[in-house]
Amino acid sequence: MSRPHTASGLPAAPRGRTASGTAAPLSLRVLRHGGYEALAMLRNGEQLVLAIVLPLLALVALVLTPLLDAYGPSRIDVAAPGVLALCTMSTAFTGQGIATGFDRRYGVLRFLSTTPLGRSGLILGKAVAVAAVLAVQLVVIGGAALLLGWSPRPEGILPAALLLLVGSAAFTSLGLLVAGTLRPEATLAVTNLVWILLAAAGGVIIPATGLPAAVEPFVSILPSSALGDGLRNALVDGALDPLACLVLLAWATLAGLAAIRWFKWS
Amino acid sequence: MRVPTTAPALEIDGLIKDFGPVGALDGRMVRVLDGVHLRASHGAVTVLLGANGAGKTTTLECAQGLQRADGGVVRLLGQDPYRASPDLRARVGVMLQDGGLPPSVRPLALLRHVASMYSDPLPVDGLAGRLGLDEFGAVSIRRLSGGQKQRLALACALVGRPEVVFLDEPSAGLDPQSRTIVFDLIRELRADGLAVILTTHLLDDAQKLADYVYIVEGGRTVAEGTVAELTADSETDGMRELRFETVPGLTLPPGLLPHLHQLESEPGQYVLRGTLTAEDVAHLATWWASCGVMPTTISLAPRSLEDVFLDISGRSIR
Repeated sequence: MSRPHTASGLPAAPRGRTASGTAAPLSLRVLRHGGYEALAMLRNGEQLVLAIVLPLLALVALVLTPLLDAYGPSRIDVAAPGVLALCTMSTAFTGQGIATGFDRRYGVLRFLSTTPLGRSGLILGKAVAVAAVLAVQLVVIGGAALLLGWSPRPEGILPAALLLLVGSAAFTSLGLLVAGTLRPEATLAVTNLVWILLAAAGGVIIPATGLPAAVEPFVSILPSSALGDGLRNALVDGALDPLACLVLLAWATLAGLAAIRWFKWS
Repeated sequence: MRVPTTAPALEIDGLIKDFGPVGALDGRMVRVLDGVHLRASHGAVTVLLGANGAGKTTTLECAQGLQRADGGVVRLLGQDPYRASPDLRARVGVMLQDGGLPPSVRPLALLRHVASMYSDPLPVDGLAGRLGLDEFGAVSIRRLSGGQKQRLALACALVGRPEVVFLDEPSAGLDPQSRTIVFDLIRELRADGLAVILTTHLLDDAQKLADYVYIVEGGRTVAEGTVAELTADSETDGMRELRFETVPGLTLPPGLLPHLHQLESEPGQYVLRGTLTAEDVAHLATWWASCGVMPTTISLAPRSLEDVFLDISGRSIR
């Protein structure tokens, strides 16, 4: 469909003869914005290190060292679910949070919210971008793990997919909360620091049960350990961990509500 | 086809906006808009003129739906902009003061992405050519000059075929070439029937572009009218300024033209400001003859928007 426009290539008069702009359908707007943000994340060198290189290094290191020997017969089987949880955190929380923080600083969020995409389309698009990048990570990291001898339980795939979905919702909401309330420099520092702390002692790679008894109850209600332990339960034992699911759902809901309440667009 | 309408594209009445709480003021709120009134029609350029901090950008943000009004009425194409549907947003193009452009993206990639939010956008290549974006299409936005960023932001505002366009300080940072491109385009948009609403603190911009001017000062509309109406001066046919150039160091004899403000802006360049009559000019010529002086240039200028602004606000716009 094309409408007459003026010789300058500019819009034709809206009065009477022709109508003015119309929005693309919601689904297309969200998918297009998701694809645009996913490409931006994958093209960014630092994000790529965080999303692909560091998890790959972690995977290899965990197979080569005896760190996880206490938690299962096969190092790779225990390591792979934890590294996938790490990927979720890096993409949904750190990567997405930093990108959103700087977009907010530069006024990109304000500008895009005046287009048909709108505020809700922006947030949905970000969720699509996180899912798309996570899918790439699953293929690369999962493929590398399979090459290293990973054999996940088939009946655990569906529960694992569910946990990854709820987990990325929780970490995306947390990333948005940080990005929408702090300055971008602070968002950069906070999301990286939290990522390192949770990766090291948040039950992501090393199960919460391996931590000192005094801190274990606190760590086990963190979204990081819910996701890490939940994925290990699913892919090592083939079981759905309902408590992990509930913990992640609670974090997604609370962080989502907090982000809606406190997120500043400018 | 949309039914032709004579309703204004934008109507603002008694707009109130509070910011805060502000920590430096013990948590009190600050009223930044206190009764802005504005109407903008299709096929016209409506200018919000005011000093920095007068409330122009906040007024636009309320009209664009980026801020929620705390009082008064804002109707954009007959609807509440804060609850704008995607279809309403598709009919409105926005160019923000700070651009809102992501620095790491390439200009045409951004324009294509914005275009993809509309079902029937303008052809990106044509628009990019018209605004000269293809000259710098291969670099990332952070490497663009101020004028190039402004042109890109303008393209992003226009790509969805809007019928209302908001331009916040469109000439900020423009080099002379970009300025000509942007001003010509704004006039074409008006000719094409769009409602163009722009802010500026440059009187020259307002004088060149505006069909209708709203002067905003201290968060309220303090004057409005066409440039001709605002600068009209019934007593004197509007002449308010006389400049002449001759030998340096002359001083008008006291009592000759006491109602005019005189100054020698540069050696040999004289400016007389105030209400000028033909008699004043005659007195001046007699005085020149008596001193044996012949000016090399003489010019008269009507009351400018700057005079209007000074009269209303008691201060210079900058």
